[in-house]
Amino acid sequence: MAKRRRGQVLSGVLIVIALATVASALWWIAHRLPDRIADTAHEVESLILFVLAVAAVFLVAAHLYLAYALWRFRHHPQRQSMFIGVTRKEWLPVLAIAAVLLAFDLTFDHRSNEVWAKVFLRVPENAFRVEITGEQFAWGIRYPGKDGEFGRTDLRLVSDSNPLGIDPNDPASKDDIVFPAGQGELHLPLNHPVVFLVRSKDVIHSFFVPFARLKMDAVPGMTTRIWFTPTKAGTYEFACAELCGLGHYRMRGVLVVEPMEQLQKWLSEQQTFGETMP
Amino acid sequence: MAHEHTVVTELPLWRRLLRFSTDHKDIGLQYFFTAWAMAIIGGFLAFIIRWQLGFPTQVKPAPWLSWLFPHGAEGGVLKPEFYYALVTMHGTIMVFFFQTAILSGGFGNFLIPLQIGARDMAFPFLNGLSYWVFWAACIVLLLGFAVEGGAAAGGWTAYPPLSALKEAMPGSGWGMTLWLLAMALFIVSSTMGSLNYITTVLNLRTKGMTMFRLPFTTWTLFLAAILGLLTFPVLTAGALMLLLDRHLGTSFFVPTVHIAGKLIERGNGNPILWQHLFWFLGHPEVYILVLPALGFVGDIVATFARKPFYAYRLAVLGLIGIAFLSCLVWAHHQFVSGMNPYLAFPFSLLTILVSVPFATVLLCIAGTLWGGNIRFTTPMLFAIGFLSLVVTGGFGGLSLGVAANDLHLHDTYYVVGHFHVIMGSSVLFAIYAATYFWFPKMFGRMMNERLGKWHFWLSLFGVYGVFLPMHYLGLSGMMRRIYTLLEYDFLKHLQPINTFISVAAFVLIAAQALFVVNFFWSLKRGEQASANPWGATTLEWQTSSPPPHGNWGTELPAVYRWAYDYSPPDSPTDFRPQTEPLPASQ
Ligand code: HEM
Ligand SMILES: [Cu+2]
Ligand SMILES: [Cu+2]
Repeated sequence: MAKRRRGQVLSGVLIVIALATVASALWWIAHRLPDRIADTAHEVESLILFVLAVAAVFLVAAHLYLAYALWRFRHHPQRQSMFIGVTRKEWLPVLAIAAVLLAFDLTFDHRSNEVWAKVFLRVPENAFRVEITGEQFAWGIRYPGKDGEFGRTDLRLVSDSNPLGIDPNDPASKDDIVFPAGQGELHLPLNHPVVFLVRSKDVIHSFFVPFARLKMDAVPGMTTRIWFTPTKAGTYEFACAELCGLGHYRMRGVLVVEPMEQLQKWLSEQQTFGETMP
Repeated sequence: MAHEHTVVTELPLWRRLLRFSTDHKDIGLQYFFTAWAMAIIGGFLAFIIRWQLGFPTQVKPAPWLSWLFPHGAEGGVLKPEFYYALVTMHGTIMVFFFQTAILSGGFGNFLIPLQIGARDMAFPFLNGLSYWVFWAACIVLLLGFAVEGGAAAGGWTAYPPLSALKEAMPGSGWGMTLWLLAMALFIVSSTMGSLNYITTVLNLRTKGMTMFRLPFTTWTLFLAAILGLLTFPVLTAGALMLLLDRHLGTSFFVPTVHIAGKLIERGNGNPILWQHLFWFLGHPEVYILVLPALGFVGDIVATFARKPFYAYRLAVLGLIGIAFLSCLVWAHHQFVSGMNPYLAFPFSLLTILVSVPFATVLLCIAGTLWGGNIRFTTPMLFAIGFLSLVVTGGFGGLSLGVAANDLHLHDTYYVVGHFHVIMGSSVLFAIYAATYFWFPKMFGRMMNERLGKWHFWLSLFGVYGVFLPMHYLGLSGMMRRIYTLLEYDFLKHLQPINTFISVAAFVLIAAQALFVVNFFWSLKRGEQASANPWGATTLEWQTSSPPPHGNWGTELPAVYRWAYDYSPPDSPTDFRPQTEPLPASQ
């Protein structure tokens, strides 16, 4: 009977789906993830992989159950379904499995909170500070200079020569080092924590560093914050991850991780805001 | 309740669809056909989106595109602003104008009175109005493509300031205003519907139909209506505020910004406020889709396994748990939005806790298979496809509920893959299962099994082939809503995967033609359906196919038992309808 065969085929297909899903995911994770260039890259990624591993076990189990039930209980004209009637005993296996899931949920939550608290609540005091400002469709970069303080900004002061709207009357602004949107690379110190002050001039953007497995929205009217420690030298890309207009797909930035001394030397060679503003 | 004495079902179908009717079955079918038409439009937009991503037109222009869209794709090169309009309209259409409309408006209207033994909805006039307002919403939405600047292009989430300032992008002009008006109309229509479904279920149940004798389907439609009633108005308020920001210079969501070389000074508006208002609806919205899907699948599985629903009451409690929790998780879309990071702790925990009642319901449905005598009809195949997809999509979602994972995964193709497995695939499969299942009740004919089977196999392989690899793209950092990935060196190596996904998507989309052919062919030529072709217990199968105006003869049916008396030991048939009295001895 054709419909009986459908059941057998379906059982087989479900098993193939589960195995192919897990196998392809494993292969992908082993071969196709971006480099990890920061402490957070390891922490966030291992959390993702942990959740996925648990998910894979449940996924395979669910498909095996379905496959078995469909095959074992496929229609047979001589058989009748079991009639169990309504009994509370049925609740037990369901609640037991749900409890196992609950235990995993709490584990995920616990591990997630640790990473989260680190990234948002425990910014190191000595972190290197850099400000990154999104605008359609590039990133402006600013370093605080020798005093370690950023000068005040105000969008009303924005002009061609002062694209970030920095207040020239604020003493802290004199030694700021500014790269207008699209005109500089983001230099970061190797093995030293960096905190990013993320801002936007127009719409919402999102500062996304795939190699650090981190992102943070850039929201007009406020400053958001995120930090990580670069652990691998080299030149990498960062991106905008929030739809911000027709050029969203090309709002690309480049970041360079280099030893602190090299970075300091490079910074000392740059013009300061005080020098560019007469 | 007064009703006309003409036998309305004898009107030809097109007449029933094109008039102002107050009969819930007519209105259900009106929603049903309109929503399918919107699905075809949404699917066509998906096709263009996948063309651009699989075969980037700036690399290799596609002349046929400029033929179709002289403005959006001049010289065969799709413009980025047009791409974003396609994505926005595709998402909006699929979520609201196809799935919400067909589940609540289509099946909700058609099934609720039939399953509870009522003659119609509590407020038939409101019901008719609800459909025509929905119809107007569809037109207003699609008009967006015709206005200057094109349709809304800020994503289906319409985050301001992008969506608030016409300077921000071409689609933020009239297209965005129309989008907001369309959403407002949609919400008005859906609120009228929800009120009706809730009142009807509470007040018009026939004699003997207690709440715990309701079919699972009615339970889910009822809970979805409650969710809609509680959460949609919040978005209405948001849409109104956004309109004021756009046209009257208020500052709810727009701070002072410097955009397109121009200073725009407003007050201290907060863009994140919109996100809270949007997702307060936006998240429950996906449960407004998933709940009825669970309902259909639960009933279809019980019917074709010929088995009593496993732990039915626990499953209903699970549904209530899902509905309740789903109202408390909205900010999980905003973990990295700049909201207070402490908020991530409760919202992350509550989100992943949804998995507990969700798994409970699924386990009850899966348990129903055990010991059954399973018939693999087309509706059953789609129901089982749903179970596979909902597990895959559910765990994909669980990994997104874990806040720290979103540091990497938020706004990547992992998210796109996830919601397409849940909504774009599993809910879609439930809609197909329901259509094959209730088609005989709606139109008095059966759908073709052979075509149905092929439709199922191609769709199953199609959705896994299209949406599973998207998760992997996201793990590799590919952002969503990008017109092309070729701007980034770290993404370039993913282009072949995108081409593969597009080819799979074309097969998937083409396979849906089998459904369309089957649908119209069966409407005319399908085998005549009896009143109860599947041997099902619930009330809608105890009246003729299709049911007459007023649903029942002179007397309303009375209910004596729950909805799942399948394969009772001492019965000549392998089911006892809800209308069958208990034996005198009990
Ligand atoms: C043939 C099937 C489909 C294909 C190939 C498809 C493809 C896509 C793609 C590639 C995107 C992402 C575009 C981007 O981020 O740049 C997208 C977005 C989206 N799709 Fe689909 N889709 C399909 C069906 C559906 C269905 C049935 C739904 C129903 C819920 C749906 C809902 C959405 C939503 C909500 C978005 C997000 C729009 C936004 O980012 O603003 N899609 N679709
Ligand atoms: Cu951006
Ligand atoms: Cu962007």
